[in-house]
Amino acid sequence: MNIIIEVSYLISSVLFIIGIKNLSSPKTARKGNLLAAIGMLIAIVITLFDQHVLTFEWIIIGFLIGSIIGALMAYKTPMTGMPQMVGLLNGFGGGASLLVAVSEYYKMKNFPTWSFNIQTDVTIALSILIGAVTFTGSLMAFGKLQGLVTGKVVKYPLQHPINLLLLVITFALGTWFVIDPNLEWVVILIALISLLLGVLLVLPIGGADMPVAISLLNSYSGLAGSMTGFVLKNNELIIAGALVGASGIILTLIMCKGMNRSLMNVVLGGWESAGSSSATATTDSVKGQVKSIDQEELAMLFDVAENIIIVPGYGMAVAQAQHAVRDLVNILESKGKKVRFAIHPVAGRMPGHMNVLLAEAQISYDKMLAMEDINDDFPNTDIALIIGANDVVNPAARHDKNSPIYGMPILNVDYAKTVIINKRSMNAGYAGIDNELFFYPNSLMYFGDAKDAITKLAHEIKNL
Amino acid sequence: METLGLIMLVYVFVLAIFVGFELITKVPPTLHTPLMSGSNAISGITIVGAILSAGLHEFTISTILGLIAVIFATINVVGGFLVTDRMLKMFKKK
Repeated sequence: MNIIIEVSYLISSVLFIIGIKNLSSPKTARKGNLLAAIGMLIAIVITLFDQHVLTFEWIIIGFLIGSIIGALMAYKTPMTGMPQMVGLLNGFGGGASLLVAVSEYYKMKNFPTWSFNIQTDVTIALSILIGAVTFTGSLMAFGKLQGLVTGKVVKYPLQHPINLLLLVITFALGTWFVIDPNLEWVVILIALISLLLGVLLVLPIGGADMPVAISLLNSYSGLAGSMTGFVLKNNELIIAGALVGASGIILTLIMCKGMNRSLMNVVLGGWESAGSSSATATTDSVKGQVKSIDQEELAMLFDVAENIIIVPGYGMAVAQAQHAVRDLVNILESKGKKVRFAIHPVAGRMPGHMNVLLAEAQISYDKMLAMEDINDDFPNTDIALIIGANDVVNPAARHDKNSPIYGMPILNVDYAKTVIINKRSMNAGYAGIDNELFFYPNSLMYFGDAKDAITKLAHEIKNL
Repeated sequence: METLGLIMLVYVFVLAIFVGFELITKVPPTLHTPLMSGSNAISGITIVGAILSAGLHEFTISTILGLIAVIFATINVVGGFLVTDRMLKMFKKK
């Protein structure tokens, strides 16, 4: 029986790998997800045959409750709410790892057949630490994205010394636990401090940095799974956890590169504090009046344009404007115009956020281009239409050494013949920085709520 | 023997990370959100550990923790795979 169980775990691991491999193209991605799900089903079913599993009622109750909650979340969450949903799911994964580690501890303490050894003790302590930080950190990220906790940068006194101290205490307690595993309160204290650490680490991170935080927590949830694998000496958990850990790290690095910031800088919450101090300085350098335009004049501009690039940002998600944008694209295409989307890696609140929203509005995925694939096309573009994006199109990133976003790769919208910026008002972006683009001679402001403004524009163009 | 066992586990861990890096770098940016939710569902593999904890013969604190862990991990697995499928279904080329 043990051989069958081990071979099944191997098959399941292979299915995870093939599943992720299939995610390399939108054509095969759905099949890939299904394969991974089958891998998971095999792992779950075969574990029920493990010789240590003797009672099933609790497991079945857990399956039922979890499946109902999971399915409701999966089907009821609107696409604009995906960042919070993924944040919350990360949290459940981390929480499960934490609970399993503590449960394993009590198993060893209470049953003579299981005994402590250094290897298990170390992995239990690490599993508790990573699991707990992932759990509360993700809940915090969820709260921020959902608007339950302020999305702003939160500063508290002695922030870095406190976090460092807590981490040192956790490691000290962990060492103590390895030396004397019978001390129950040490385990509980490690868990409690780690839970607190998760809250404190995510609290200072601002809304615009959420793509990094979510990716990093995703990585942690994988590592937590791997650690559980070390505790249970189970290769499949280690493999699956490592795959997810690697995935999260890669996404984190892509996000950091998209903002030209080091991981350390994001984790310590540096950007927005820098932004507020130098924002005033930037205001002085930006002079002149913005030119605004209404939908009737704008419709005429679009009528003579050939090449159009749309740049969506978080504002499009907030206004739920993706369907209005789709209608606009359809009308423009029916008039023979070439319309494409330029998507910055950190647009929105998580990696790929804009793509999912556009896909929801049934926009073909071959029209969504990544920054490096479309950035050279802006000089040949008649209109760059910016919907709810700000910092990712701020030319100050290219030349203003005093700007907090200096060095960040941006979409070269200002090279287009005309830049139309749709925005609710003249407020600065999430990084709290003024955008000199608005004052450029080829820029026109089109004020209004994205959904409303785009619908009106589409209507005007249609009636021309 | 004990150390050798640990080394083997570390081997598997390190190699799997390399496989992960190779696979994930090939995922296009368009699919980064589904990649995240899908990989997230895979990290719900902790459910294996949760089942082992909740299925103990004697009812102890381990069972209670195991039950909650099963609930958490099941939400992670079911919610993750379903929402990923829901997203991927929308990605179409016209």
